[in-house]
Amino acid sequence: MILAPVAALGRSTLSGLAALGRIGLFCIATLAALVRPPFYIREFGHALWTIGYNSLPVVGLTAFFTGGALALQIYEGGSRFNAGQVVPSIVAIGMTRELGPVLGALMVAARVASSIAAEIGTMKVTEQIDALVTLSTDPMRYLTVPRVLAATLCLPVLVAMGDSIGIFGGYVVGTGRLDLNAAAYLENTVEYLEPWDVTSGLIKGAVFGFIVAVVGCYFGMNSGRGAQGVGRATKSAVVTASVLILAANYLLTELFFSA
Amino acid sequence: MIELVDLHKAFGANRVLRGVNLHVPKGKSMVIIGGSGTGKSVLLKCILGLVKPDAGQILIQGKDTAKADRDAFLARFGMLFQGGALFDSLSVWQNVAFRLLRGTQKRPRAEAREIAIEKLRRVGLKPEVADLYPAELSGGMQKRVGLARAIAADPEIIFFDEPTTGLDPIMAGVINELIREIVVEMGATAMTITHDMSSVRAIADDVAMLHDGVIQWTGPVGRMDASGDPYLDQFIHGRAEGPIEAVR
Repeated sequence: MILAPVAALGRSTLSGLAALGRIGLFCIATLAALVRPPFYIREFGHALWTIGYNSLPVVGLTAFFTGGALALQIYEGGSRFNAGQVVPSIVAIGMTRELGPVLGALMVAARVASSIAAEIGTMKVTEQIDALVTLSTDPMRYLTVPRVLAATLCLPVLVAMGDSIGIFGGYVVGTGRLDLNAAAYLENTVEYLEPWDVTSGLIKGAVFGFIVAVVGCYFGMNSGRGAQGVGRATKSAVVTASVLILAANYLLTELFFSA
Repeated sequence: MIELVDLHKAFGANRVLRGVNLHVPKGKSMVIIGGSGTGKSVLLKCILGLVKPDAGQILIQGKDTAKADRDAFLARFGMLFQGGALFDSLSVWQNVAFRLLRGTQKRPRAEAREIAIEKLRRVGLKPEVADLYPAELSGGMQKRVGLARAIAADPEIIFFDEPTTGLDPIMAGVINELIREIVVEMGATAMTITHDMSSVRAIADDVAMLHDGVIQWTGPVGRMDASGDPYLDQFIHGRAEGPIEAVR
């Protein structure tokens, strides 16, 4: 009786690890399918549009407000020891290294992983996946590969745009609300920002994009029956993608920046 | 043409197929009947390779499908799914011409569209339907589009999974007639699963009844009413009393 909660925790840990293992195998299958023809160019183009272009507003708005809030916080914290001038450089470094890729990816996970899981899950429930197979089309190559490739390529672009918009958000708040000098703000931003700050964020973006699409496709392909099954797949896709993004972010940060 | 030899399939403790043996001659229309949950769909999915059987053999023209080239094997099949299984994101003509727009049977886009419109016409749909999306069609029209897709690449073997489910009796009659006409006209071997007895009488040359994981009875449709098999009698007359438990 006393051990029941521990047993439940053990069971969910084991099932979580098993799911992670299955996602790992799905990743390997996706990578194998990525390099083998046929390639579905039309589906890839469509995925670029829905994953990349359509995510731009949500990523841009998130970045703008994050940059603005970051400027306020840094100014408020920095002014305690007369370091208010560090706002531009810290906004720029914070956006490019961490907040741009992570928040951008989380927003894309909410928007894209859910829609991929729901779309593919519904296709599974309505036998469209079976229909693909009977029409001599491998669902992995037709559904998964275009989405994974598009997300992996789009996320760095979205991150780059998010970085710029976030820095602009910091600039708007810094110069408009905090009365920082506009020319000095721009000068500080450029002076302290190094190419690796930006590049590391873009690499993170590519990894996060891969995670978002693979997780969305995995849960869609393994969706249960009926509306409840598709709903559960959608929820699991968003939660899993978000957790994996945060975990991967830590590992990449450790890899890129630990001395 | 199609031969199933001692086919077994279980899902956990649930033994769905327990040694199915069945022969479908070339050019014949075989209808498999049986209650809900007796494994009719599983049987069809085993033949198509969507579900892997635990044991037994599936032979198409004497060749074991387990050893066949999968793409070449599937290119010989057409399938009408129960709910149509049309791709929501594609227009009607793209659904019909799906196989003709990619893979080994790829044709130029204009030619594929022409074939799709011809097949749509064959199932009684006007060319204007070609550019609509599946969500804009009624259930009966979706079934017809599914039928057009099944015959688009002139397959040798066509499967029909519950072709009249969810349709009104008139539309069900239209679909039954279409299936019969198309199968005869194309000379294709057909396998249909249904529990709609009017479909059975309209479509079948031969009937097989699946019960308890095995083929309980098989024979020409004309001998079905006088089979003397208590399972088949109960099923075709829809009686609650008999060897088949009403609540399964």
